[in-house]
Amino acid sequence: MSVTEYYDDKVVRLFLLGAAVWGIIGMSVGVYAAAELMWPALNFDIPWLTFSRIRPDHTFGVIFAFGGSALMGTCYYVVQRTGHTRLALPRLAELTFWGWQLICVLAMTTMPLGITQSKEYAEPEWFIDILIAMVWVSFGVVFFATLGRRRIRHIYVANWYYGAFIIAVGLLHIVNNIALPISLTKSYPVYSGVVDAMVQWWYGHNAVAFFLTAGFLGMMYYFVPRQAQQPLWSYRFSIVNFWALISVYMWAGSHHLMYTALPDWVQSVGMAFSLVLLMPSWGSAANGLLTFNGSWHKLKTDPAAKFMVMSLVFYAAATFEGSMMAIKTVNSLSHYTDWTIAHVHSGSIGWVAMITIGSLYAMAPRALGQPAMYSNKGMEVHFWLHMTGLLLYIGSMWTAGVTEGLMWRATNADGSLTYSFLDSLIAIKPMYLIRWFGGCFVLSGMVVMAWNLWHTAADARAHLIKPIPVPIPEPEPHQVPAPLPAAG
Amino acid sequence: MAYKHFETIEKHAPLLAILTAVMVSIGGLAEITPLFMEAHSVRAPLGVKPYDPLRLAGRDIYVREGCYLCHSQMIRALRAETERYGHYSIAEESVYDRPFQWGSKRTGPDLARVGGKYSDQWHQLHLMAPRKVVPESNMPGYPWLAQTKLDATDIQARMRGLRKLGDPYSDADIASAPDALKGKTELDALVAYLQGLGIKNEPMAANGQPATDGGEP
Repeated sequence: MSVTEYYDDKVVRLFLLGAAVWGIIGMSVGVYAAAELMWPALNFDIPWLTFSRIRPDHTFGVIFAFGGSALMGTCYYVVQRTGHTRLALPRLAELTFWGWQLICVLAMTTMPLGITQSKEYAEPEWFIDILIAMVWVSFGVVFFATLGRRRIRHIYVANWYYGAFIIAVGLLHIVNNIALPISLTKSYPVYSGVVDAMVQWWYGHNAVAFFLTAGFLGMMYYFVPRQAQQPLWSYRFSIVNFWALISVYMWAGSHHLMYTALPDWVQSVGMAFSLVLLMPSWGSAANGLLTFNGSWHKLKTDPAAKFMVMSLVFYAAATFEGSMMAIKTVNSLSHYTDWTIAHVHSGSIGWVAMITIGSLYAMAPRALGQPAMYSNKGMEVHFWLHMTGLLLYIGSMWTAGVTEGLMWRATNADGSLTYSFLDSLIAIKPMYLIRWFGGCFVLSGMVVMAWNLWHTAADARAHLIKPIPVPIPEPEPHQVPAPLPAAG
Repeated sequence: MAYKHFETIEKHAPLLAILTAVMVSIGGLAEITPLFMEAHSVRAPLGVKPYDPLRLAGRDIYVREGCYLCHSQMIRALRAETERYGHYSIAEESVYDRPFQWGSKRTGPDLARVGGKYSDQWHQLHLMAPRKVVPESNMPGYPWLAQTKLDATDIQARMRGLRKLGDPYSDADIASAPDALKGKTELDALVAYLQGLGIKNEPMAANGQPATDGGEP
């Protein structure tokens, strides 16, 4: 006989709260930044309110604060459930929560003050980078130690993706941020010029690959089968896609530097691997979508399933678009334009945000001791607000991007340029207005989600939640569970 | 049968972690390591010195304000780009740029060769209140730059740091740096930096004139 062990869901609930709050903050900053591009006087000549100072706040806020909290929270939830064990090192796990929140607050307050490395998606200065590395290693220790005490010998595929996410992001973060501090608020990177560009976009692209793809695929591989109540369409296919995805992605970063001063062969290698990358990307999307076979009727009644299905559709769409944009000919038109912004948001509002929202709606009631979310109607409203906002956003930015690309390259019969740069800005101004509207829709959807979560968490706030016992599997000949340590 | 090998990986977390780390490292190693060898051959163009104190201060302000988020400094080797902005950018031009400022988005035009295209006064007016110069512009104003004097002590620490990283500053360069910043505002520094782009990082022609005029505005 052994003492009953309980899942450690407290840290999961904390990260859930963090994700909801940072989602609203990050997207609010985005909406304000979008408004500034339309009405530039909105910075009121205040330094920390200026577009160029708050744009990193938007990207850090949604990627690392919102996405990061959601990823770490779901990771802790999934690794416990798929391993039939509670978290190893629960105190360290809680420390990763507070550490991550501290990092987010520090980054979000220093960047508008102009304390920045100016490396996209790696703007926070060196002292924050060191904190990030420390918290990240702790996160990895908790994750792998929990895997180490699992009672199911086979490691479920969702954990593979979470594991790759932790390992690769740690590696990328450290290599890209090696810098010489000059003072508390200023450092110079050890790389310069073309090498710095390559290192930065190796990081930048793979932050997309491992933070915004591998991590969220881990989420997908657990919550999609769970919500569809079907087994994964093909387990072996998911394994093939895993190895292909993690090995190919790392080669593709140079497609951000087409026709630049980067050596030509690196550009071409990046383009080739970006095209190959379409296969594992569509493989994962297909695997997720086909898992819904036999459960498609759920789309009528379950908003969480709707979010998941649409997220996979947008994952497929954005990865197809990404591979196409990595073709040099297409890139010559799309690069530097708002097409890039459309592509990024098709991936982030479409894939990343929707798989996160779907997974949060699936996980929150379980982690908060409720049979379901407080309001089904609320989830439904959120879905349509989100979809409307998304389509307005990417539709307008595609239009703007292609317009800019075509106007910048248009020439008269004598070879001179047809349009000045300003002509292109005037042409796309209406698109900036539509984009801002789109952002407002997405943001209001997040507010509805926060309201819904707040009410679902009523018992949690009143400390009425009973911890969920870990189901201890019967020992099988080839699957001997580790002896139970005393529950602490 | 072959699946058995995969089964081994799938049941052993350390093996899985090691193989994952190996697979994610290959691509970066293949693309970045050769650049370090090549980086040794990317030398500063003839006659090009590291940023002088005023332009260095200006560059750090360019970084601080986040100008790179709307302005690129990388003219691609494409006909329409060289027609608009001048000769395409080459690796040697950004050899002293830590970090690089190539950018990824043009909400405003490329600045790689903006130096000398407009007067200092134009830049000052434009940075203070862009729409007084270009009514349709959506660039924010940066009026606080004119109100802030440069920090003359900090600049030496910055130059010493850059020297540690390999930029050839002499002791005399560093000693005279505070004088170069005396009485100057952040606006002066940023304008000096902008006016040097595409000129000061270019090899000089034999007659001492910049080898490029920066193309049409």
